Amino acid sequence: MKYAFYPGCVARGGAPELYDSALAVMDRLDIEHVELTKAACTGAGVLQEKNLKMGDILNVRTFAMAEQMGLPIMVLCSTCQGVMAQANHRVKRDPEYLAEINKHLEDEGLEYKGTTSVKHLLWVLIEDIGLDKLKETFTRELTGMNMAPFYGCYMVRPSDALEFSSNPQRETSLEDLIQSVGGNVTDFAGKTACCGFPILFINQANSMKMVANHTGTAKDLGADAMVTPCPLCHLNLDGYQPKARRQVRGDKADLPVIHVPQLIGLAMGMNEKTLGLKKHIVSTKKIVRMAEALPSKV
Amino acid sequence: MQANLKVKRFDPADEGGKTWWQEYKVDVHPDSTVLDSLIQIREQDDGTLALRCACRASICGSCGMKVNGDAKLVCKTRVVDIAPNGEQLVIEPMGNQPVIRDLVVSLDTFFSQIQRVDPFLQPDHVPEQGEYIASNDSMENLLTSMNCIMCGCCVSDCTVLEVDANFIGPAALAKAWRFTEDPRDSKRDERLKVLNDEAGGIWDCTRCLKCVEVCPKGVAPMDRIMELRESAIEAGNTNTPGYHHTESFYNSVKKNGRLDETRLAMDSAGWTNIPRLLDLVPIGIAAMRKGKLPPLIPHKSEDHKKVKDLYDNVEGESS
Repeated sequence: MKYAFYPGCVARGGAPELYDSALAVMDRLDIEHVELTKAACTGAGVLQEKNLKMGDILNVRTFAMAEQMGLPIMVLCSTCQGVMAQANHRVKRDPEYLAEINKHLEDEGLEYKGTTSVKHLLWVLIEDIGLDKLKETFTRELTGMNMAPFYGCYMVRPSDALEFSSNPQRETSLEDLIQSVGGNVTDFAGKTACCGFPILFINQANSMKMVANHTGTAKDLGADAMVTPCPLCHLNLDGYQPKARRQVRGDKADLPVIHVPQLIGLAMGMNEKTLGLKKHIVSTKKIVRMAEALPSKV
Repeated sequence: MQANLKVKRFDPADEGGKTWWQEYKVDVHPDSTVLDSLIQIREQDDGTLALRCACRASICGSCGMKVNGDAKLVCKTRVVDIAPNGEQLVIEPMGNQPVIRDLVVSLDTFFSQIQRVDPFLQPDHVPEQGEYIASNDSMENLLTSMNCIMCGCCVSDCTVLEVDANFIGPAALAKAWRFTEDPRDSKRDERLKVLNDEAGGIWDCTRCLKCVEVCPKGVAPMDRIMELRESAIEAGNTNTPGYHHTESFYNSVKKNGRLDETRLAMDSAGWTNIPRLLDLVPIGIAAMRKGKLPPLIPHKSEDHKKVKDLYDNVEGESS
């Protein structure tokens, strides 16, 4: 199994533990990858506010690079997933527009024919590897650990660009993954809501209410941790949790927010250093201890 | 087939109101909608169940409610499509609007939001003869927003309204867009300025796409809000953190091929806004202590010069 690997800006910037843990897990799963080091940012939907076509050009350029390599793209970020899926959806159904965009790529010898698929690591685990095969790589069951899923908007919407109707498993991918490691799903309505990150620098009061509501609600429902496929959600739900909880609920940050490969890594018996679990703002010590106390499969 | 419904009930008569869940099982025709099932319950099993509906053909916008957590027109939602094996459907009143009884919400919230955007045409002259003329293209452009049937589904599921009742909201902003794009209206600049400056205006949207997903009529309110942002910037409204955020993001990718997170935070705060800059210090220190402060001098993608060329090309095209 081989992918054109697009880690995204945040995994290479503000959440380096995501990159490190993803590489460790991919290595264990024999997932081969070629990192798309020449690709640009997806624009995250923000760049598109100013110039949609510019955003589409940058993403089509990335698709064309992967297409030349004959590989599907794998991402680590809900936002990258969604923004790329939307761009792909737009150009695939409008050949004229695609031709117009391809013109801009001529100088680089690139032309996108519309065959590249984009898959988040979470979907790769479920759709390409399969949960049964994945489970064979686990060395312990995370029995008794309560995990609240938090998808990130662009991992679940818009459902047409994300091809949910032909891939219904995507709707419950995170819950299914949590169950596959032996954990309990702490279900709550906020799991597909906004984390508040996009307005962090625009309307911080609202952003903090979202962080406090989601992490506080999940904690109240008994979650030991929250799991997210989105590093932007992570930045807000982890990094700003102390401030949000103090400001909005008058309590303390107590819900670790972990990345998808960190969850898998814990089940694979990897240590906290490999998984970068010490790099979180909200301490992950408690869940690391819980995991380590569980028996290893022989 | 059997429809298996769990309905959230609310009776305002009890002190402060009483909320409870009630389960119903009804045998319905295989083509029945969720609305058909609810009407059947009301007519045959439980006359106390309150719901609002009229046309039963997704035209009137009366029967918006939450089905399994998402707002829908229940007249447009067939039971067999979402519960083919008799799965339980959880039915609740719409969110972000006060509940009057059971599945009926007050329309006051919705219409007070609509009223905030002056939802009427304001031309600057009366044609001397005949009617106002607008081109076919300009009217076709408005179709998305004009498809709105004011059902309130987008308002119900808006993630901003959940934390901030002062947000103008997706339906009203899509309505506002409709007037800024109408060639007969003379108040475009004034409208854009208000929507840009006002607390709860266009920059408070989180771009979560919920409204796009739940709208039964393809209005795609969020897309309209993004167009309003673009128009507001073009009209010279460059005084908001939202503008600086977008601008910084755009330029960061232009310069580096990727995002410069540190710069984005500081640009959005505003380089002369000392309190907001100071506000970034604690999180910066916390990140530094964990060894994850984004680099102060940004990494560039390997081909960032090519990205810059692409930008120059595209910008040259549009200027």
